[in-house]
Amino acid sequence: MTTPRFLITASPHLAERDSTPKIMWHVVLSLLPVVAASIYFFGPSAVLVIAASLAGCLMTEWVFGKRETLLDGSAVITGLLLGLILPAGIPLWMAFAGGVFSIGFGKLIFGGLGQNIFNPALLGRAFLQAAFPVALTTWPVIRENWWQLRGDNFALPLMSPREVDVMTAATPLGLQKFEQTGTELWRLVMGATEGSLGETAGILILLCGGYLALRNYLNWRIPASIFLTVGMFAGLLHMLDPVRYPSALFMLFSGGLMIGAVYMATDMVTSPVTNLGCWIFGFGIGFLVVVIRLWGGLAEGVMYAILLMNAMVPFINRATQPKLFGAQKPEQAKEGA
Amino acid sequence: MPGRLKFRHGVHPPELKQLTAGTPIRRMPFPTEIVLPLSQHTGKPATPIVQPGDRVERGDKIAAEDGFISSPIHSSTAGTVQEVGLWPHPAGDYKTAVRIKVEQFSAQAPRPRIIPGWEGLSRDELVDAVRQAGVVGLGGAAFPTHVKLNPPKDFPVDTILINGAECEPYLTTDHRTMVEYPERVHIGIRIMMKCLGVGRAVIGIEKNKPDAVERLRATLPDDVDITVQPLTVKYPQGAEKMLIKSLLDREVPSGGLPMHVGVIVQNVASAATIAEVFETGLPLIERIMTVTGLGIRQPANLIVPIGTKTRDLLDACGGMLPDAREVVFGGPMMGTAVADLDAPVMKGTTGVVVLSEREVKPQRSYPCIRCGHCVDACPVFLNPQILGQLAMSERWEEMQEHNLLDCMLCGCCSYTCPSNIPLSQLFSMGKAGLRKVKAA
Repeated sequence: MTTPRFLITASPHLAERDSTPKIMWHVVLSLLPVVAASIYFFGPSAVLVIAASLAGCLMTEWVFGKRETLLDGSAVITGLLLGLILPAGIPLWMAFAGGVFSIGFGKLIFGGLGQNIFNPALLGRAFLQAAFPVALTTWPVIRENWWQLRGDNFALPLMSPREVDVMTAATPLGLQKFEQTGTELWRLVMGATEGSLGETAGILILLCGGYLALRNYLNWRIPASIFLTVGMFAGLLHMLDPVRYPSALFMLFSGGLMIGAVYMATDMVTSPVTNLGCWIFGFGIGFLVVVIRLWGGLAEGVMYAILLMNAMVPFINRATQPKLFGAQKPEQAKEGA
Repeated sequence: MPGRLKFRHGVHPPELKQLTAGTPIRRMPFPTEIVLPLSQHTGKPATPIVQPGDRVERGDKIAAEDGFISSPIHSSTAGTVQEVGLWPHPAGDYKTAVRIKVEQFSAQAPRPRIIPGWEGLSRDELVDAVRQAGVVGLGGAAFPTHVKLNPPKDFPVDTILINGAECEPYLTTDHRTMVEYPERVHIGIRIMMKCLGVGRAVIGIEKNKPDAVERLRATLPDDVDITVQPLTVKYPQGAEKMLIKSLLDREVPSGGLPMHVGVIVQNVASAATIAEVFETGLPLIERIMTVTGLGIRQPANLIVPIGTKTRDLLDACGGMLPDAREVVFGGPMMGTAVADLDAPVMKGTTGVVVLSEREVKPQRSYPCIRCGHCVDACPVFLNPQILGQLAMSERWEEMQEHNLLDCMLCGCCSYTCPSNIPLSQLFSMGKAGLRKVKAA
């Protein structure tokens, strides 16, 4: 009866039913409400931009990666996330190029899934920001006419986009920084503001992230640490000088902080391995976000804060190694007993 | 100082004990042939003292111990020695074993003998009796019990911990032993306390066995200090270091033994067996084990003659179901998959689990995504993520710098890894690699 149909494997013979593709596809699933919100706010432009960045990511993965890695879902996450942090009016070819860069230079060049240092979607966006600063900071106003495109999405590659009859405006952070104008908090929380496609609906992002945290598919310590740091640091500054520095709630719900803290910083590959490391990592991001936003030359700082801290992850990991069980000397153990 | 009844990290595999938790222990009928490997315990294999053609009675010694850390082996049946030669061993290779043809019509009664009462024996006589009966730890590692009962004098032992945690999924061997033979467990503990000259014993049992806690408490003797302590249900609660941490809040130092913190840990089944030795006069020739899993027809708790072939044992439980996929000796977390159904069960076999197609782990691995789940699971606070990376490039010595030798191969990291990386397998490879490096 010893036929080859029996398995001979090493222990343990049972495994948890989570798998890496399952985690990835759950993240994709949890992003769908955010995508829906961006379509609600920005109309057909949102669909086009997200589709273009998704196409850039998937094609690069398919052409340069191992074919089967398309199925693990990680390229889909990168595509969706990149699309969600682009402005609605960006020409589609730029979104596509951003996707190609994200996967090609953000992930595959390092050796594929699990090997990259920087969050691929953020790296793609940083590339676009450096290459096309104007297109990346043109924010269409939320309009009555849902069907209208929010910019010259169909501009040809390397041509300057046509002026389209679209009102543009500054983001709440831009208003705050360059014009000292505040924005009503409820508009920030609900997402009815100018900004990138998916970064505006703060509450929705929190809910979707909460679902992932409950399933242990993201480490809640990272967003918690970012929120705490930003909240306390900004709150302290606001107390010292309420005119010059905005309130903590404004800082939390404006710009890309929510999507950055919940979806970008928690990317397992580019965040620390230990829980203590995650707290430090989140603290660093929160601190840098406030510093860049309030004293830097840019209105928004989440992207650079996360990328900078991504670079610190190997050091954080090394500094927060778990302390070995029974590491003390036998004599001490005796005394402790 | 009492412990907090739990340890940090670990995992929560499905318990799956309901298949046999309520099934009373029954005796398995004798098979037609018994195979007794000479290497059933930790330490040197025993030396055979029988020849093919010899007639043996049930309980007769067939192999003598070789050195201090070794254990004698006795025939579990009346019959005729067929052969002393190589035979499939549960570890996966062929090892020397004594094959005995069971006499069909024997009453299987042992030779008459005089059993001295244990109360009248001195400490050394007790330890010697345990040694001669071939008692080894029945929790899985099969470390000779007489060695543990005779610790070096430089580390005074103040507490015996009795391990009734049984944290492995599926197994109910210790559970049923505690429910059905609580008096034997207590007598065994008293004998061990006398051997060690220790005044205190604590029995640790996971909370998912309330009936065992209740039975042991109901039968507590009032003249010795034995306490029964329910513990948090978490794997690997039954690992020595975790049990000591949970019950006494002492940490066994890295590279040290329980006696370095004044503790000896024994399994409940070992305690019951020691009592049985002085009750019946028979050496360790049969043991209680759970035969279970979704791939077996009639899961059961059985008294099995040691040396019964896996095939015969499974047949006694109605045979395997068509979707049986893997036969595991011991629990599914740390047990060994058997390669040959002719391999016999041994003294240290806590159970045989037949896993079905539905529950075996997937066979494909993905790249590590550094999620940190393994770091959160490791009960001895290693970093399996880094160790895994080092193992893949065979950097054994660097693994040692990352405390590879503290790994007890509990399998928590592999269990929790979403990418299904065989971490604990890599670590046992690492340990073997290190041994090779050191030998060279």
